[in-house]
Amino acid sequence: MKSAVIVFPGSNCDRDLAVAIRDITGTAPTMVWHRETSLPEGVDLIALPGGFSYGDYLRSGAMSARSPVMAEVIAAATRGVAVLGVCNGFQVLTEAGLLPGALMRNAGLDFVCRDVQLTVANSQTMFSSRYDAGATITIPVAHHDGNYFADAETLDRLEGEGRVVFRYAEQVNGSARDIAGVVNAQGNVLGLMPHPERLIEAEQGGTDGRRMFEALLAALG
Amino acid sequence: MKARVYVTLKPGVLDPQGRAIQHALENLGFGGVEGVRQGKFIELELADGTPRESIDEMCRKLLANTVIENFKVEVA
Repeated sequence: MKSAVIVFPGSNCDRDLAVAIRDITGTAPTMVWHRETSLPEGVDLIALPGGFSYGDYLRSGAMSARSPVMAEVIAAATRGVAVLGVCNGFQVLTEAGLLPGALMRNAGLDFVCRDVQLTVANSQTMFSSRYDAGATITIPVAHHDGNYFADAETLDRLEGEGRVVFRYAEQVNGSARDIAGVVNAQGNVLGLMPHPERLIEAEQGGTDGRRMFEALLAALG
Repeated sequence: MKARVYVTLKPGVLDPQGRAIQHALENLGFGGVEGVRQGKFIELELADGTPRESIDEMCRKLLANTVIENFKVEVA
């Protein structure tokens, strides 16, 4: 499996994501600086990391979504290449128009940084196939702007089409319908606020994050 | 020429920051503050003759996220 991790100025989970991909899939990703105008030939997975790209200027993810490399990411996503956006990466994907909705300031206004319980709402995606449908899993969050918003019609459509992949099983940030992660209509672009790459070894307190990368390896070889 | 862009949350979009500002005003003893909505003010210094459509396009493409925000442009 050939993968790339996009690095924006202010990304801070890019190396964690690279380690998770390398350790679980057996192949290290190419790190791609946001000013690049091409992606590695034949890339199977593009990962957008967490962090505070551009210091969250204007809106979280707004500046990064207009970075030169994002035109390539959008083109690749349209061709069906898998794209995973974690935390700030999710914010970038919504700002880039690859996923619907927006991530607003947490309802409680606090930065939330802790392990949270999630429910697997759809286990039929290439990202979630190694989880059992309806299972409760633990994945850490660390964000200030994770309050998922979309209009009622969009939320109904997402739910109706099984595009809500993960939900919070507890109160975290005020997200509409407890949405923690959504996939695009094609099923190849997932954005989620929790950080699966932070819980892949027993030494980190759990391994529930591993299965997302195992699912991607199974789907993409 | 200058353009002043006001970016505001759409009606119906919850504004937890606005609510916190309201509470802070109440804590300072100001009565009668019935609601607060916060937003952004952006001032653009533009070449004379920049068409209005071009400014609107800047707002739609970057300055505002039209999923959650409205914008208003004043040209001076």
